[in-house]
Amino acid sequence: MSVPRSNIVRLDGVEKHFGAVRALDGVDFQVDTGECIGLVGHNGAGKSTLMNTLAGTLAPSRGRIAIRGTVEENYSVIRAQRLGIRCVFQELSLCPNLSVAENTRVNHASLKGFGWRRRSAALISAKLDEIFPGHGIDPSDVVSDLSIGKRQMVEVARAFTVTEAPLDLVILDEPTSSLDAHTAGQLLAFVRRFVETGKSCILISHLLGEILDNADRIVVMRDGKVVAIDNASSFDRTRLVTTMGGGNHAEKPATRAETIAKQAGPQRVRARSGRQTDSTELVAHEGEIIGLAGLAGHGQTELLLSIFDARAAGRNVEVTAPVALVAGDRQTDGIFAQWSIGKNIGIRSLTRLRNGLLISPRKENEMAEAWKKKIGIRTPDMNNNILSLSGGNQQKALFARALGSDARIILMDDPMRGVDIGTKLEVYDLIRDEAKAGRTFLWYTTETDELEHCDRVYVFRSGVIVASLNRGEVTEEKVIQSSFSEAS
Amino acid sequence: MTQIRAVFSTPWIWSFVGAFVVWLATITFTGGVGGGGMLTAALSLAVFMVIVGVGQMFVITLGPGNVDLSLPANIGLASAVAMTVMNGQDSRIALGILAALASGAAVGAANYMLIWALRIPPIIATLSASFIIHSIDIAFGRGLQIKPPPGFADFTNVQFLGIPVMAMLTVLFTIGAGIALNRMIYGRSVLAIGQNLRAAWLAGVNVGWIRFFTYTLCGMLGGLNGALLAGYFRGANVDIGNEYLLSSIAVVVIGGTSVAGGKANIPGIWGASLFLVLLLTMLNTFGVSAGVRLLLTGLIIVGVITAAGGEKSLR
Repeated sequence: MSVPRSNIVRLDGVEKHFGAVRALDGVDFQVDTGECIGLVGHNGAGKSTLMNTLAGTLAPSRGRIAIRGTVEENYSVIRAQRLGIRCVFQELSLCPNLSVAENTRVNHASLKGFGWRRRSAALISAKLDEIFPGHGIDPSDVVSDLSIGKRQMVEVARAFTVTEAPLDLVILDEPTSSLDAHTAGQLLAFVRRFVETGKSCILISHLLGEILDNADRIVVMRDGKVVAIDNASSFDRTRLVTTMGGGNHAEKPATRAETIAKQAGPQRVRARSGRQTDSTELVAHEGEIIGLAGLAGHGQTELLLSIFDARAAGRNVEVTAPVALVAGDRQTDGIFAQWSIGKNIGIRSLTRLRNGLLISPRKENEMAEAWKKKIGIRTPDMNNNILSLSGGNQQKALFARALGSDARIILMDDPMRGVDIGTKLEVYDLIRDEAKAGRTFLWYTTETDELEHCDRVYVFRSGVIVASLNRGEVTEEKVIQSSFSEAS
Repeated sequence: MTQIRAVFSTPWIWSFVGAFVVWLATITFTGGVGGGGMLTAALSLAVFMVIVGVGQMFVITLGPGNVDLSLPANIGLASAVAMTVMNGQDSRIALGILAALASGAAVGAANYMLIWALRIPPIIATLSASFIIHSIDIAFGRGLQIKPPPGFADFTNVQFLGIPVMAMLTVLFTIGAGIALNRMIYGRSVLAIGQNLRAAWLAGVNVGWIRFFTYTLCGMLGGLNGALLAGYFRGANVDIGNEYLLSSIAVVVIGGTSVAGGKANIPGIWGASLFLVLLLTMLNTFGVSAGVRLLLTGLIIVGVITAAGGEKSLR
């Protein structure tokens, strides 16, 4: 290590203000060639703003950006692309109406003339094969037909394709949030290979294990500032959590998990997928937390939706109480972009918010304020637009919508995407308390850790349930094993 | 200062400013003569645009692609139905209005059935429905002008302190529509569907029923408009609703409602209706020919939509 490694990006005192909010408050940091930086911090700590600044989509209010030692005066997306800096954003940015190959062409102006579609398809296929062997995506697939996990795979693979512009630094903002453990492992292994060729990578993730195992250095952000930079080896889980400022939640949730066998309450949900050939069905009782596991996009969301729309699903689904759903894909399934946070929370409970025939603004505000406190939504005013919140806080609003409703059954469609660990622990506590109070949760998740909270886990494969594991039997190996084994 | 800025950032204020400017231009031209009478006449005519505009507003707010193009045919049929049922007798006025509402509601419900059952885009469904309705109207009315009962014709023209009574009633009606939009579950649901249909469904909004009700409501308002027009113009007519195809959409958009859905505005419909009516009066006063008048109306509508209706898009 006697030869100093050259740095590719260097930020000096970068600030970004949105009105009175200081999203970035004087950030100094650099990325060297051939290293993978792990970036962690709570929702709203400024991670995404920092990455948008690096990618050129946001201009800093103050401070300097230097690329390979040269200070950039008019830094922009086009400039960043030309200098070899790419970004995979948390909010997926593919055009849903175009095919995978056509989306690839969007980033590569040099693919033109006759046969561009074929060359573009070859380019993206090769990269998908390299990163995610056995991905099952055809370049002619239209993006809107792909599951969110596959969309994320395409997005990641596209960022690593090279034609004319160089590629030196890839920023991955929550790249594994919609991927199951298997594909996430493929991606992280690829990132290591990529870094070993002398390129650089910034990895943002709320899954601290991913960061600890894959980053060379870790940068911790809090309230728009960098509060720690150190080699990954000098961090462990506890130090990361305390540095991020989540000290009061440092204990592992599993220590609180009661193993007392619950008295099975009345049955709330009984459902079987239309493709199930044997008699296996999903059953949930009052007060139970039921996990839906397996590789992403193997029928878990479909079953949740058929439970949600039980009347249309016919004899395969039986539901005995009101249902609410917490969407994971919040842009398409969750938020109302023109409304305030309060209205977004209230929409599921309008009948209760009425005075006579009219919706009472007072009751609506009371509900919003109650949930702001209960679930900790970070905003000065619940009348602000929902888009003023960071992604994780938007997700909290969606939780508040479902938990604040009269529903006795809560369906959760991989809801922890892009949510920081502090928030997650708070929400886990909330879910456990609500379950104790008699609510039933059906929880589809791509994170194996979360299955620890479930009383029973159903593993899905190709649209059917292939295994049912009880609390205590759930391990990552078992889930992965069942996800790949043939249905017996 | 900030208050002034707040006033001018409300989307509907521009339609009223436009109406006022047009009115000023006209009375300047006439040297101050007939300003009051012009307002009275404008209010009487604006009422018809407001009634269908409110219906169209709820439909457009349902989201991209939602629009009711069957209004002209619907209005024509309802005017004939109302006049036939009234049969020139004052005692049958209420019955005639009910018949017009029923005729309109049937048209609206049929529109939604086409959209829902056959999965046809609303533009195509309502347009093709309008041809069918038009044919029914021709067969039913046989092109005859049927006169309204004298009591009904008088009612549509009655004034109080220079203000048409129908305009006062319509103001009450729009206040009710505003409350429905902003303070009732129905309005909230329409706004939610317009922003994101799938998210609205997943948030527990009864999407199918709300859309059905909205198209039916728009149809009913078209029917009511048909009856009132027949009273005001002293007779039903197949073509009586023709001008309300463009104007019902124009008043919605000029009034500050988002064409992309999810955002609606009731006061703006009044401003925009007055603006359009006064604009026609102004061009008539200036003595422009019919062709030039249509040309200018079109240009001005495009201009106003570009200037005032051009909402900054979110994301």
